[in-house]
Amino acid sequence: MELSVNHQALAYLASAILFIFALKGLTHPATARRGNMYGMLGMAIAIGATLMGAEVQSYGFIIAGVLAGAVIGGILAARIQMTAMPQLVAALHSFVGMAAVLVAIGTFLNKAAANALNPVLMGELSAGVIIGAITFTGSVIAFGKLQGLISGQPVKFAGQHALNAAIALATLALGVHFAMTGSGWSLALMTLLAFTLGVTLIIPIGGADMPVIISMLNSYSGWAAAATGFTLQNNLLIIVGALVGFSGAILSFIMCKAMNRSIFNVVFGGFGSGDAGGGDSAGAQAAAKGVKSASVEDAVYWMEDANKVIIVPGYGMAVSQAQHSVKELMELLNARGVEVKFAIHPVAGRMPGHMNVLLAEADIPYDAVQEMDEINPEFATADVCLVVGANDVVNPAAKTDKSSPIYGMPILEAGRARQVYFLKRSMRPGYSGVDNLLFYQDNTSLVFGDAKDTIEGMCTALKGGGH
Amino acid sequence: MSETLLAFYVFVLACFIGYYVIWGVTPSLHTPLVALTNAISGIVIVGALLVTGLESAGTTAELMGFLAVLLASINVFGGFLVTHRMLSMFKKKAK
Repeated sequence: MELSVNHQALAYLASAILFIFALKGLTHPATARRGNMYGMLGMAIAIGATLMGAEVQSYGFIIAGVLAGAVIGGILAARIQMTAMPQLVAALHSFVGMAAVLVAIGTFLNKAAANALNPVLMGELSAGVIIGAITFTGSVIAFGKLQGLISGQPVKFAGQHALNAAIALATLALGVHFAMTGSGWSLALMTLLAFTLGVTLIIPIGGADMPVIISMLNSYSGWAAAATGFTLQNNLLIIVGALVGFSGAILSFIMCKAMNRSIFNVVFGGFGSGDAGGGDSAGAQAAAKGVKSASVEDAVYWMEDANKVIIVPGYGMAVSQAQHSVKELMELLNARGVEVKFAIHPVAGRMPGHMNVLLAEADIPYDAVQEMDEINPEFATADVCLVVGANDVVNPAAKTDKSSPIYGMPILEAGRARQVYFLKRSMRPGYSGVDNLLFYQDNTSLVFGDAKDTIEGMCTALKGGGH
Repeated sequence: MSETLLAFYVFVLACFIGYYVIWGVTPSLHTPLVALTNAISGIVIVGALLVTGLESAGTTAELMGFLAVLLASINVFGGFLVTHRMLSMFKKKAK
């Protein structure tokens, strides 16, 4: 059976609508799984309609490619650790970018063979290649940083911005030249430069900014798909590309706002590189006062008779794989009639919403997990706040110390709880390199040790102790 | 109106849909959102199929198309399945 062009267009429309419903499903955890199903159905329709169209005549390579992709994708999805989600996402972004480049060049070869090239088409091809190539190498670098294959430190050198600008201009100029002349050399050189630009754009960005970078590359991968849609005159690709592009852009915006930084600041200025204030800063003064440390038993003593305990998890919790122990602690406290809530800062973890997934993996119900704006008024009524592997996101310096690099960043107001127990491995500062003023507050005590061991110790004490 | 301009219309309107739909997504599902958008941006597979399946496609174009099909297919399957796996973990409090 062969689908007519009009029928195919209708199938694409159905597919586009299903994708919109898929995203709409993520409005609430209860509808999200159905949304994902809509997405799968939409994709199946899109692929089916394309294969049944008149343009696709040979199937050998296609079947091989789809099957191999299904096996590899299925294994990746089944095996990946939730802590490693950001790496998987970065890898998948790079695939979209590379696929867009390959499709654009393949289209060029096919159209050239059929003598069907024109300047508009070649202009669109250039856009597809440039965006796709930047997405590819950018995502590869992001993957390397997340996986620890290359240093997460910002790589900076003099004249970096000038160099990037020069590469970008040269890439664009080659794109225009290619569109006007159809020169294969321009195309090749432009592709090469765009690959380089992806590297030089992402390499100066530090590990702490990964949530923004993941979102930004997510956005790029959407724009790459949209550009491919323009090349192929395919409205489905254009619609989906726009949806994904905007999704990533909005996430980048949310992440930047949660760090009180502009996207330009993230892209063009590495974090933690600035001078962290003079010796007279509040941080330095407080440091002289020293900090209190507490034992596991002290913390348990306060928690077991509390009405409400708020736990602030950070990436450190994931690193020490403490989320399952945290779940046990929650259950033990719940059994004693203590209300336990989790407070999530938008940039906690290595990608947007990362902590939520890690808590969900540990079987912590999502209605116990709250976002910053929801939970902030509740800290004042909490008896105990337990900070597990978070740091900068609870630092009051963001509100009080104008000289602090994180000044102005919205924070979780952990310090308003009656007692704050800060689980820490050492006195090392957070990602921003800023000293945490919360350590020195009167109601704060530090519990030193590995987060997982400490929480397990608390669980044992709660089980054993029958005060 | 030229075909390209029509495509541009579609693009701009789709941007508006994207804007309003994405702001509605709950922050707790932002990781599944990234994974799902990843899966659906695997829609470039349609372009890859068109390049590969063209009867007159030369060997180079066919090979490029095959690679593109493979990569996009990893995205589609990997993206949807991992999103499903994550969403299955989100549970309400058992009462």
